[in-house]
Amino acid sequence: MGRYVIRRLLQMIPVFIGSTFLIFFMVYALGDPVAAMFGERSPDPATAAQIRRELYLDAPLWKQYLHYMGQIFQGNFGTAFNGQSVTELMASAFPVTLRLTVVAIVIEMAVGIVLGVFSGLRRGRGIDTSVLVLTLVVVSIPTFVSGYLLQFVFGVQWGWAAPSVSPDVPLNELLLPGLVLALVSLAYVTRLTRTSIAENVRADYVRTALAKGLPRHRVITRHLLRNSLIPVVTFIGTDIGALMGGAIVTERIFNIHGVGYQLYQGILRQNSPTVVGFVTILVLVFLLANLLVDLLYAVLDPRIRYA
Amino acid sequence: MRGATLAKWAVCAAATGLTATACGGGGAASAGVVSASWGDPQNPLEPANTNEVQGGKVLEMLFRGLKRYNPKTGAAENVIADRIATADSQHFTVTLKDGWSFSNGEKVTAHSFVDAWNYGALLTNKQKNAPFFQYIDGFAKVHPASGTPTAKTLSGLAVKDARTFTVTLNQKFSSWPDTLGYTAFMPLPHSFYTDHSGWLRKPVGNGPYRVDSYEKGSVLRMRKWGKYPGSDRAQNAGIDLRVYTDNNTAYTDLQAGNLDLVDDVPAAQLKSVKSDLGDRYLNQPAGIIQTLTFPMYDKAWGGPGKDKVRRGLSMAIDRNQITREIFRRTRTPATDWTSPVLGADGGYKAGLCGEACVFNPSRARQLIKEGGGLPGGRMTVTYNADTGSHKDWIDALCNSINTSLGSDNACTGAPVGTFGDFRNKIAAKRMGGPFRAGWQMDYPLIQNFLQPLYYTNGSANDGKFSNHGFDALVDKANAQTDTGRAVAAFQDAEKVLAAQMPSIPLWYQNGSGGYSERISNVSLNPFSVPVYNEIKVN
Amino acid sequence: MPEPTVPKEAIGHGDGGSAALAIGEAESLERRPGAAPPGAGPPGGVPAGKPRSLWSDAWHDLCRNPVFVLSALVILFLVLIAIWPQLIATGNPYRADLAKAQQGSQPGHPFGFDTQGRDVYTRVVYGARASITVGVCATAGAALLGSLLGGLAGFFGGWSDTLLSRVADIFFGIPVILGGLVFLSMITSTTVWPVVGFIVLLGWPQISRIARGSVVTAKQNDYVHAARALGAGNGRMLLRHIAPNAVAPVIVVATIALGTFIALEATLSYLGAGLKPPTISWGIDISTASPYIRSAPHMLLWPAGALSITVLAFIMLGDAVRDALDPKLR
Repeated sequence: MGRYVIRRLLQMIPVFIGSTFLIFFMVYALGDPVAAMFGERSPDPATAAQIRRELYLDAPLWKQYLHYMGQIFQGNFGTAFNGQSVTELMASAFPVTLRLTVVAIVIEMAVGIVLGVFSGLRRGRGIDTSVLVLTLVVVSIPTFVSGYLLQFVFGVQWGWAAPSVSPDVPLNELLLPGLVLALVSLAYVTRLTRTSIAENVRADYVRTALAKGLPRHRVITRHLLRNSLIPVVTFIGTDIGALMGGAIVTERIFNIHGVGYQLYQGILRQNSPTVVGFVTILVLVFLLANLLVDLLYAVLDPRIRYA
Repeated sequence: MRGATLAKWAVCAAATGLTATACGGGGAASAGVVSASWGDPQNPLEPANTNEVQGGKVLEMLFRGLKRYNPKTGAAENVIADRIATADSQHFTVTLKDGWSFSNGEKVTAHSFVDAWNYGALLTNKQKNAPFFQYIDGFAKVHPASGTPTAKTLSGLAVKDARTFTVTLNQKFSSWPDTLGYTAFMPLPHSFYTDHSGWLRKPVGNGPYRVDSYEKGSVLRMRKWGKYPGSDRAQNAGIDLRVYTDNNTAYTDLQAGNLDLVDDVPAAQLKSVKSDLGDRYLNQPAGIIQTLTFPMYDKAWGGPGKDKVRRGLSMAIDRNQITREIFRRTRTPATDWTSPVLGADGGYKAGLCGEACVFNPSRARQLIKEGGGLPGGRMTVTYNADTGSHKDWIDALCNSINTSLGSDNACTGAPVGTFGDFRNKIAAKRMGGPFRAGWQMDYPLIQNFLQPLYYTNGSANDGKFSNHGFDALVDKANAQTDTGRAVAAFQDAEKVLAAQMPSIPLWYQNGSGGYSERISNVSLNPFSVPVYNEIKVN
Repeated sequence: MPEPTVPKEAIGHGDGGSAALAIGEAESLERRPGAAPPGAGPPGGVPAGKPRSLWSDAWHDLCRNPVFVLSALVILFLVLIAIWPQLIATGNPYRADLAKAQQGSQPGHPFGFDTQGRDVYTRVVYGARASITVGVCATAGAALLGSLLGGLAGFFGGWSDTLLSRVADIFFGIPVILGGLVFLSMITSTTVWPVVGFIVLLGWPQISRIARGSVVTAKQNDYVHAARALGAGNGRMLLRHIAPNAVAPVIVVATIALGTFIALEATLSYLGAGLKPPTISWGIDISTASPYIRSAPHMLLWPAGALSITVLAFIMLGDAVRDALDPKLR
């Protein structure tokens, strides 16, 4: 087990290098960022050249990349165009998004698994159909629509929650954006749990357990759920990363200054230090999340062991 | 309520468990302080480096320069300048008023200006507004087109005594003193040079407000500066500028009583804004004009005889209907290339464009046909999709052209992902058809609406229009010492644009905004920026 | 090629707890037999002479399932109007009359008008083509690519598994917006195919991870070990025994993904990186209408409703197919 974990950690090195280069290349491919700094005016050539030189933008791509990586190994992630260091941006953005992600995951797991279990156990009945319709409605509404709608209804019409999140990012203000963020994944979790439960409920070990006279809720929680959660856990593992990096729309609607916001600003302003820095950290988060998921397999399914 | 308290405690405990954030009162504003929407400024808040409206808002509160544009009329009025004297429109003597200081106690002297301008012009400081100093003698040495500077300071600037300095320009420029209200010309304290990073964290100026705290990308808190010597003291205790990435959210926050002032009402809310806000909705003319610019470097658009196609397209656009249905009267159909905020004396002349700016589909079809038709029978209108929600009006504009020409898809919108990419395509002359352009004036002068945009190699001449007649008339206007004659010459130059139509004037943009019941006496200046210091908290 | 991922001798020896047998394997999974009672799975090698295979069995079931028939009919209808929108819409989807902007339902225009004064009903009908093409092709592409790569990785394990998982990690890390702006800004084509390609590129890692997880689980089943003990080759094992048992989660995720892919097309279009005019799609219309949700909800309601019906039809179809493929439910 220990060796396995170490091996997985070592694999992160090539992934780290590969993803930084890929992202670096993509931001580079977006084009020269200097023109946009001058607004509707064409850049003064001398000033633009001076800025390019200081940002190392006049070097060929590979040199820029090596220069950037050299800085990273000295712990310097570079600076954004407004003069803030990227490390500073990360320190302010990641805790915010992490909290939002935790809220979203808790919501989607709690609601999704409960709904999934009920509809899986009562396949084809009324509750199953209602859950199906519910998840369908949720899936087919894009985030920006549900975001604006819930924000208006809860924030303005009923006044239950603040329509935007204040700079301190208290947890209670994150409930609404967390819900919006969880909505799409909620459908996946519900459907996956339902399918898995429906499949396993006829398995022999469940029949055996019931035949032994074990109480029904105990069979469901200890035997059935545990064996049905593997696809769900896999999905949530992949979803952590998607939630952390993909909350751009939600963060925008609720004015949360987290990772999605910084990434979006970085991409629009074509600021490679911001984008590459943030995405690199995100990739590392995916890697760790996946490692955790793989380890959880072994916990959920005792037949699986790692060497 | 015990249960509720317990629940709150539990939430707080969970919150503090995740981070070290204290469980405070959230975003409640302090007494007398106005909370206002803001966009994250793109550049550091140095005056000579701030070339967009979000950073400009802050500098307007933090700084006062030689002149300031009257928030109502737009006229340039002396603030720190006692007088700016010249005999020949080329040599100026600036005398400062006594009694001005920065909020850290340092006196505002002639050096505060001269040093700041020298800093702004010097190439190695890479200030984006450096070209604003280009008319001062010696600019070519501190800011050479290539290579390294051969001088550190502008030879045209000389300090005579603590309250006097002289300026020598490299050409006659009669209205030059009126440009001095622009942010690039603000004075700077010593700490700007000695502790630059500290200054950037917490800028120090000489305006009615001082910075209380600045969390970059999130909130800038400014408080009234009690010892401000000027006459335009702050009428409120302070302004909290909160960064919003989406103006819809700012508007929702305003409706929920979470925010006091938004200075940009999103297009989608305009339909209901009157019922939402009543008379707390602002819609005032601003010095902004939207145009459709043609790539004059492209033979298909700028070649001989194509002026007919360009004029024809201008006549194919139903400006009235688009400003009514899409913009809900927050734009006014344009009939010249300036802005109504200049006033008739300042050079605005309604109808200067003539019949070419009047909707006339049959004449449009005829002109386009005479000019050889659209290149390849179709055209695209390029715009950037990331900011400003341009899609709706671009689509409407194309639909209007299509309807006039009796075609389904002769004109289509062509979105470009980022503003940067859009600007790069313009700079690289890679526009295959007309593209959107918006010009917000730097200072309320007709010169600012014409010279940067249409003079050969002008700094914002995106279509690369070049016309000797136009250039000669602009030169003539700049050399006039009499304002009336200068304006007349500029308007003559504008008539060249009417004939050539290098860009189609679409509409004059208004500033729009809304405010809560908590505050009053809110208005926008001609730059569409709220006049923050006059806002009163009820 | 050494194939030690599932140790063969484990089937012979009924006791668990044997030391891991992964020799030089990065991620080998070891099975402790006995955790599940033997014979739980369906019969492994169905004799060739049997009249009905698993697939024809499934088909027989499906035809008698009202859910399947209904959803198949809906999809058939959608495909028909995607090919011939003129069948049910006689208007011109480009015809704009700004004077009617955002007006509601009126005679001859049951769904009202959009911001540009175009007939929403005609736009919805004409939008089906691009949206369904993007949704179906991108889902099919991502599902095929993802389940192929994920399935192989999960089955063989070892370095191929490691490589694939790590490549997927990198793809997960690319922000959709960045990828979209870079990938699609380089392409000037106004067809749907660049968008489809891009969504496949972004969508396959998630499906591959799900597929890999199910294959890893299915591989543990006794009938697989039994089949291997009987000398079944890799190809036969994968196709006959593992694939039918691992396909369920993939179908579930893919059918939901269809909806999110159509919505993703909307987001891309909104950013200026997706489908370009004059293409008409539900996604473009939904994203254009969404800021007006409070003042003119009908502009959003109809294209979003069409999207919902499409997604519902595909989810129900997927559900029915999945059930039919599961012999345990029979």
